[in-house]
Amino acid sequence: MVHRIFSLVRKELQALLRDKQGRLLLVGPVLMQLAVFPFAATLEVKNNTLAVLNEDAGPESFELIQRFSQAQAFTRLLRLEGERELADALDRQRALLVVRFPPDFSRSLAAGKAASLQVILDGRRSNSGQIALGYIRQMVNTWLAGQRPAPAPELVVRHWFNPNLDFVRHIIPSLVAIITTISTLVVTSLSVAREREQGTFDQLLVSPLTPGMIMVGKTVPAILVAMFQATIILTAGIWVYGIPFAGSLPLLYGSMVFYILAVAGFGLLVSSVCATQQQAFLGTFSFMVPAVLLSGFPAPVENMPVWLQRVDWFNPLQHFIVIVKGVFLKDAAPGVLFQSLWPLLVIAALTLTAANWVFRRRLA
Amino acid sequence: MPAPVIQLEGLGKSFPGGKRPALGGISASIHPGRVTGLVGPDGAGKTTLLRLMAGLLTPSEGRVAVKGLDPAKDAVRLAPVIGYMPQKFGLYEDLTVGENLALHADLRGVTGPERQESFDRLLAFTDLSRFTSRLAGRLSGGMKQKLGLACALLGQPEVLLLDEPGVGVDPISRRELWRMVRELVAGGLTVVWSTAYLDEAELCQEVLLLNEGELLFEGEPGALTGRLRDRCFQIRDIAGNRRQVLTRALCRPEILDGVIQGHSVRLVLRPGQAPPDLQPLGAGPAARLAPVPPRFEDAFMDALGGGPGGESVLARHAHQASADREIVAEARDLTRKFGDFTAVDRVTFEVRRGEVFGLLGPNGAGKSTTFRMLCGLLTPTSGDARVMGIDLKKSPGRARQKLGYMAQKFSLYGNLTVGQNLAFFSGAYGLRGRLQREAVERLVTAFKFEPLLDAPADSLPLGYKQRLALACALMHEPDILFLDEPTSGVDPVTRREFWTHINGLVEKQVTIIVTTHFMDEAEYCDRIALVYRGRVIAAGTPDQLKSQVATADQPEPSMEDAFVGLVRQQEAANPPDLAQAKGA
Amino acid sequence: MNPESSSLPDVRPASRRGSLRRLVALCRKESLQIVRDPSSILIAFVLPVVLLFIFGYGINLDSTALRVGLVMEDQGPEARDFAASLAGSPYLRVIPAETRREAGHALTRGRVRGFVIIPPDFSENLKRAGNAAPLMVVTDGAEPNTASFVENYVRGAWQGWQEHRGERRGEPPAGRSVNLEPRFWFNPSAESRNYLIPGSITIIMTVIGALLTSLVVAREWERGTMEALLASRVTRAELLWSKLLPYYALGTAAMLICVAVSVFWLNVPFRGSWLVLWLVGTLFLGSSLGLGLLLSTVTRNQFNAAMAALNAAFLPALILSGFIYEIRSMPPVIRGVTYLIPARYFVTAIQTLFQAGEIWPVLGQSMIFLLAASVFFIGLTALKTRRNLE
Repeated sequence: MVHRIFSLVRKELQALLRDKQGRLLLVGPVLMQLAVFPFAATLEVKNNTLAVLNEDAGPESFELIQRFSQAQAFTRLLRLEGERELADALDRQRALLVVRFPPDFSRSLAAGKAASLQVILDGRRSNSGQIALGYIRQMVNTWLAGQRPAPAPELVVRHWFNPNLDFVRHIIPSLVAIITTISTLVVTSLSVAREREQGTFDQLLVSPLTPGMIMVGKTVPAILVAMFQATIILTAGIWVYGIPFAGSLPLLYGSMVFYILAVAGFGLLVSSVCATQQQAFLGTFSFMVPAVLLSGFPAPVENMPVWLQRVDWFNPLQHFIVIVKGVFLKDAAPGVLFQSLWPLLVIAALTLTAANWVFRRRLA
Repeated sequence: MPAPVIQLEGLGKSFPGGKRPALGGISASIHPGRVTGLVGPDGAGKTTLLRLMAGLLTPSEGRVAVKGLDPAKDAVRLAPVIGYMPQKFGLYEDLTVGENLALHADLRGVTGPERQESFDRLLAFTDLSRFTSRLAGRLSGGMKQKLGLACALLGQPEVLLLDEPGVGVDPISRRELWRMVRELVAGGLTVVWSTAYLDEAELCQEVLLLNEGELLFEGEPGALTGRLRDRCFQIRDIAGNRRQVLTRALCRPEILDGVIQGHSVRLVLRPGQAPPDLQPLGAGPAARLAPVPPRFEDAFMDALGGGPGGESVLARHAHQASADREIVAEARDLTRKFGDFTAVDRVTFEVRRGEVFGLLGPNGAGKSTTFRMLCGLLTPTSGDARVMGIDLKKSPGRARQKLGYMAQKFSLYGNLTVGQNLAFFSGAYGLRGRLQREAVERLVTAFKFEPLLDAPADSLPLGYKQRLALACALMHEPDILFLDEPTSGVDPVTRREFWTHINGLVEKQVTIIVTTHFMDEAEYCDRIALVYRGRVIAAGTPDQLKSQVATADQPEPSMEDAFVGLVRQQEAANPPDLAQAKGA
Repeated sequence: MNPESSSLPDVRPASRRGSLRRLVALCRKESLQIVRDPSSILIAFVLPVVLLFIFGYGINLDSTALRVGLVMEDQGPEARDFAASLAGSPYLRVIPAETRREAGHALTRGRVRGFVIIPPDFSENLKRAGNAAPLMVVTDGAEPNTASFVENYVRGAWQGWQEHRGERRGEPPAGRSVNLEPRFWFNPSAESRNYLIPGSITIIMTVIGALLTSLVVAREWERGTMEALLASRVTRAELLWSKLLPYYALGTAAMLICVAVSVFWLNVPFRGSWLVLWLVGTLFLGSSLGLGLLLSTVTRNQFNAAMAALNAAFLPALILSGFIYEIRSMPPVIRGVTYLIPARYFVTAIQTLFQAGEIWPVLGQSMIFLLAASVFFIGLTALKTRRNLE
């Protein structure tokens, strides 16, 4: 039996790696995403334009503006005159936000009263705007602290696992999980659909290979291919992007196997329902896109409504991102990881059982 | 003779990456008011030639002229003149018959009173009036073909180009199509009909015989078959084993070609040779030689210089099938329903060890469904299918280890090499180590795969693909071999070689079950079950089936005559109601 | 010329009436195929609504009620007062922990996104003015965006508490202070949904447009119907328009559904004019249908076309359109690439229309770029479309 499965696995890998295009498809997109994602998929605010409407003539506003313009977030400063220019700058998206110093700004400060500082954000880019607002607030506070004779008690903030809040450390582990998902789905569901269309699937079915063996024969190559791609990303993450690997590699690869099983279950389920490649593609697509969107990668899972969080429990990608980050960045203990691992086991068991059942039924 | 409608002058076409030109310098003329057959095996260049005539391709060398115009450059002027039906008929399967017709009428500018008049005329002509609101995808192969023809005839073209209209269509529909085409030709239409079925060539008034992009013959088919007059014989009343008779006959120098025809063996002599003595062939004391009229296929084999010889290297190395049971496969009240449509209805038959058993029937008759149930690809709704006495429902794995399967179209891994395919299938059947190496080596030697081991299977010529598929199916030395339309579209030479191997295996008591709608293949069978509308309407040896339709006018009907006759008898006895016809 | 050619009907190159009739016939055929294919209905009507709901509910960048741990190593009244004020913050959900270890554990696990430590000498330090760092905040840097939210919220609560404490004790303000007054120019409630939903319509329309059309030409090649069409008098323009128009209608319907669901169900305010939306939508559909047709025409293979559509349409639209990720923060090379992505302009235009209304300088610029993209893709498709099988 082992030998028969070995034959299946070898055939699958030969089919994947045989031609140049196939090999390119395994490595090309991974490298592309590795090059673009870490730079593009960042929620940091950099290189933006800050517009200032200064109705105050005092030195304080001048000093603050100086500080703002030195920040990394704002490389360009746009000086506005009057309401009309303010409206225009925001309407036409010439600036991410506008800081407006009222005429009594310096006077209020001199009088020891609280001076007000208006910050006007563009609602169309309110996320970046709010992040930039945070920067402004911090700059104002630092400036104020320097002004005081006796500085007020400050906070000490420590960002664990990522002291500089570098987005790359969020993206690389997530990318490991997303790429693993895509390649597993392609190797399982799309390759089964292609075999069905080309008639080779019948040839497998009339051989003494059981549906179970065929499923294993599709899953093992998925594990190998997905792990290979994950290794590329891990290597690049550690050596190119300089992220320290905190946890244990065996633990990461071990849980990856379970994750791939869970996704392969989905892939095989899709493929056992579909007759053509087009259907398999649509099925894969309708699983993959929601899975990525609800994985916690673009936006945290805890921000979702509770009912959706419950539904999302069945999204294996969500759990796996927690695991990868846990091992990669946090050196989480196996006990901690198990919290995310057991849902994967349940999902894998459910999907593989369902796929096996549909598989057998379709033969009937 | 009137001036030709289509003229080919040194016409050649090469595709980038192709090893040899798809069409190499062909000169010929096609005359008006006739059916010209474009005849040849797959890959001969028939489709390329038709596409050049339709202006869909531009020549690499030479020129083609339709009514004096270049079809590629003057497409707009020629479009109303040419009616073209591509392979698979070019129909939108998700549109109804009426909608398909309306679309083509608009595209060809058929408007005004002429439009409805054309619809009525064509629908009546093709007998599709009752089905105008049915989706084209729900039509049977024969009806699709008629609809494709009707679409191509809209706007009353002068030249009709038909690309393999006979593929996937059963003999009854094929005969009907020929009747229609003859009627059209009588009305002055020029028809170019491409086909891989050599028997269709005999129905054409003129033939262009193509092989590997070369024109082998141009002229009336009779002129080609005439060369073989007095060289074709049948050995009848054979007492011994007719397969052995054929094998021995093919080894003799005076024999050019030979095939099995039911209980007889058909032989073609080399030019100027005397017929062989029958006794050394082991044909038995009663055997006699009867002269038969030459067929176009004989002429084709003659043009190619003869067949592949009689002995199968494969069979020499093959194992003897186990002899522990007499009935190796049986179907008992086998039934399969898809929804409320009964595809197979209480089919019962037995297949004995060492025989070639054929399931013959029109498309959609249920022969494939029966076949798939027998090899375990489909579970019966009721009834039993057993292989080697094993119920396929209970332990399919054990039964599958004993059967070999070769699918209709080439279905090995096209992007794997020959060697990788062999290695995979031997592994899948549980061979390993020395046994695996030996099995692969045996087949590599028998089929002469050595130089091709590293070539991707997709790049092989059709004949080699055929051999590779057979090799993979035989890897584990099965006792029973399932063949699904094994040689459709294959040239006669490859087909003969294939059957030589099969005959050799049968001598080793391997059992063969084959589905086909190809009459030549039916002739090779020991017994045939004729499947129609989900039922077995006749069963017996090929000669028995033929004798059932023999009449005074037709004392020696062909297999095709038997097929058509038996189906018509059945239809006359149980006229099909319209509601049932949709499943056909 | 051969004498036979004189018997040919005199066909002027594609007379206008005949051409219109052929176009109508081809469009009717295409529409019938759409209506009869459940998968195209699924892609055009069901998938958008599902994706819209996922974007509407699943992607929320406003962190409401972040879970934050609290370790009280000082049980003095000041410490408890601050704890109460922290718990009162609408942005934080405080989960008490006994020890730093326990809180750290919860952070590693992802149970909390940060924790606050009130050290044993908190009250002591507060009494001495000018002492730094009586309070420690630890965040989960593995989620950088959330981590900065945690930091900002705790900081806000801390400053609020300090001022409040000062007022209560009647102290004069510790010195000069500045009140930041954030105001939103559009989207006054600052709900991320209000800008995410219009943006997500872009993603959805890109995917639908490209996915739907990427299959249609390839399908005709694979099924052999293209050959029959080419043998008739159909021109290149007719072929192209007959593919564009029905799918444009389908895309417009899908867009209408998206906008209707956003406005009437998800209650996203719409301030622009529907007419302008339709105009911008038309231009955008032109570019995304054009892209799909181009891929389909070039590959002639459904599987490859769909794969290419996914890589050329979906991922760039999601990452490089400025919908979630700020384009200005990207490095110059990648920023340059975004100028080539039609989704970028549609994101800007549709967000402006939803939240701001007609701001012509912005809309105009987007429309010019979208028009250019449409002309580019459709034109390139026309160039790649062959009247023969070469």
